[in-house]
Amino acid sequence: MKRLAIPKTYKLYIGGKFPRSESGRVYEVLSHTGDFLANAAKGSRKDARDAVVAARGALGVWAGATAYNRGQVLYRIAELLEGRRAQFIAEIMSCEGVNAAGAGAQVDEAIDRWVWYAGWADKYVQVAGNANPVSGPFFNLSVPEPTGVVAIIAPQGDESLLGLVSAIAPAVVAGNTVVVVANENAPLSAISLAEVLATSDVPGGVINIVTGSPAEIAPWLASHADVNALDLVGAGDLDWVELQISAADTLKRVLPPESGADAAAPALSRILAFTELKTIWHTKAIL
Amino acid sequence: MKFLDYAPAPESQALLDLKSDYGLFINGDFTAGRGTPFATINPATEQRIAMIATANEADVDAAVSAARHAYDGVWSRLSGSDRGKYLFRIARLVQERARELAVAETLDNGKPIKESRDVDIPLVAAWFFYYAGWADKLDHAGVGPNPASLGVAAQVIPWNFPLMMLAWKIAPALAAGNTVVLKPAETTSLTALLFAEILQQADLPAGVVNIITGDGRTGHTLVNHPGVNKVAFTGSTSVGRAIARSVAGTDKKLSLELGGKGANIVFDDAPIDQAVEGIVRGIFFNQGHVCCAGSRLLVQESIHDDVIDRLKRRMQTLRLGDPLDKNTDIGAINSAEQLARIRELSDRGQQEGAERWSADCEIPANGFWFAPTIFTNVATSHRIARDEIFGPVLSVLSFRTPAEAIAKANNTPYGLSAGIWSDKGSRILAVADKLRAGVIWANTFNQFDPSSPFGGYKESGYGREGGRHGLAAYLKPAVRSGARSISAAADHTTTPVSKKSAPAQKAAK
Repeated sequence: MKRLAIPKTYKLYIGGKFPRSESGRVYEVLSHTGDFLANAAKGSRKDARDAVVAARGALGVWAGATAYNRGQVLYRIAELLEGRRAQFIAEIMSCEGVNAAGAGAQVDEAIDRWVWYAGWADKYVQVAGNANPVSGPFFNLSVPEPTGVVAIIAPQGDESLLGLVSAIAPAVVAGNTVVVVANENAPLSAISLAEVLATSDVPGGVINIVTGSPAEIAPWLASHADVNALDLVGAGDLDWVELQISAADTLKRVLPPESGADAAAPALSRILAFTELKTIWHTKAIL
Repeated sequence: MKFLDYAPAPESQALLDLKSDYGLFINGDFTAGRGTPFATINPATEQRIAMIATANEADVDAAVSAARHAYDGVWSRLSGSDRGKYLFRIARLVQERARELAVAETLDNGKPIKESRDVDIPLVAAWFFYYAGWADKLDHAGVGPNPASLGVAAQVIPWNFPLMMLAWKIAPALAAGNTVVLKPAETTSLTALLFAEILQQADLPAGVVNIITGDGRTGHTLVNHPGVNKVAFTGSTSVGRAIARSVAGTDKKLSLELGGKGANIVFDDAPIDQAVEGIVRGIFFNQGHVCCAGSRLLVQESIHDDVIDRLKRRMQTLRLGDPLDKNTDIGAINSAEQLARIRELSDRGQQEGAERWSADCEIPANGFWFAPTIFTNVATSHRIARDEIFGPVLSVLSFRTPAEAIAKANNTPYGLSAGIWSDKGSRILAVADKLRAGVIWANTFNQFDPSSPFGGYKESGYGREGGRHGLAAYLKPAVRSGARSISAAADHTTTPVSKKSAPAQKAAK
């Protein structure tokens, strides 16, 4: 007799916990053939704001962690993702309608992306900062620091897991904390990734994942005064110019939508986009 | 004149040869503006210096066209070393005409001649000299090999350091291979127009730099012009917000250098007399018309009274008056409008319960003046602790622990500058780590250098000026064919979706 399977309840990931949406709403996630897969939580404005609070709360710990530590935590994510490779392949196949080889390639690339960014944790400061030879008795040093809380609209196209990882990893490797709105149509891998994150030594609140409608949630994040930056990489289908205008009220740093196969490609500039350069002048004694 | 008082020592204006009217500098020549001309006045006397042209929309369009033409036809084709040679020439010409520029700056802006002569103009020359050397070394700017220039840069600058802000904008733009349309502030156009004459002497190709004058409407037209590729603005946070909104959805690259409310933190082990000098330099330099001014003094409680006593004593020795006098410390407030704002905020400080004290100095009969002023007993909620006053007004708060100092320093939407005064290096490093500000001065304040990046966190803007990072603000990565593999990921090269082109990425299913 065939065993009756236990389906998973897909919830949000906020502050290291898995709450349902406070709104009580869910929406149906369908397979590429239109079959019911799951009820995902339909995140609300309040959920997004709770996520910002969690992200702000986690910022001190995460930004203050050593670069070596952050690098190891990101590498740990890759390790655990590798271990759950089969689960992600199955979810991606059902959601995105790709074959096992295609789904496997996507998961592999997502794992490799975590590893690539993990390696940057203790290097981007060296590459992007420098000592400045000022005319005077000063030791003058410029170093990049995390911008703060970054709100991300994850890529909404194919390759839901890879798109999500490509957007999150560069922001968090620098020490930012993030609130990410997942791929609306293919949110399952985002929540499964949250399970990986929850067991990867990522402090609660560093990465917060909200599923639901980006069109509904994004405006609240764009105008939120405690959000420092906005990555619109997956917002191409939204009225993203309005989001950018709204973000201007608190002078958020904004990355525009990207499209095509090259969207959110791994790049040092994606890390640096959410850093701030601090320059310190230290007086030297005159001997 | 009292015993041991200073005799007047005014700098001569004889070396100035000003015209009565100035036009717009477009495509290498001065041309009459089509808007209504306005007078630029000496804020120390309220006397007219010259008439300045106003660029209307057609003039802005002509300037942008000239810059585009020069970009396509000349400047983008020139070798980096030749661009550098032009910038070296400009640096030398500024040095040669330094005194003349300093006198003109002081006349038009109201700042003391000792500052325009010893700070502003030397930094202008240094800025061009520094970026001149970058022009043929762009591979090392930090945006990957063979970086590309952006095109036409629209630059709008404030009135507090008129020629210095011009240099901060133009030097990196030209070094990176862009052409420029620059609009100086309405009240301080004069030295930008003298600078245009220097460009003629340097034989810079026509249209590479265009200088258009006018008020905020001219600036608005310029930054919104569809023909510009880069917008660089220094000024108020409210205008910066408006610009950020207006360039939203376009491909224009934006740098904003906006307001500040810098904390100057004095710990109990600081060398107090040096700290007092630093406090004075932090807030009374350039009449406090400094975006990175140390306008909030945070003093450790145990030394609060001592620091305030010594500060008041020091402030009594500040000499306010004729900006052209070489002994003047505090010059004129730049405009009646700014003076009104300083007065309004200071009055508000008193109404909200802070204790006001001003140095006892004689205020000249004409012109715009404000005596150096401090407020004690200031609470973090007071407007004088939150709003940028942009004048010689210091708000004093106290703290007990480093943690409290950090919390108070960061309790502002701004994040441009901060100062730390302590004899203990480890404390300075720890506190500097926690301050959310782009420039931090340890046991010094208001230092500037072309090799040192400058710019803010949070609502003080984004982008950096100065140093390698200031150069990168005018460059983009080389265009390469798309490959998303990690090994090829030297830099970020995907195509952003533009509001006007590209249908947005299609959502799945």
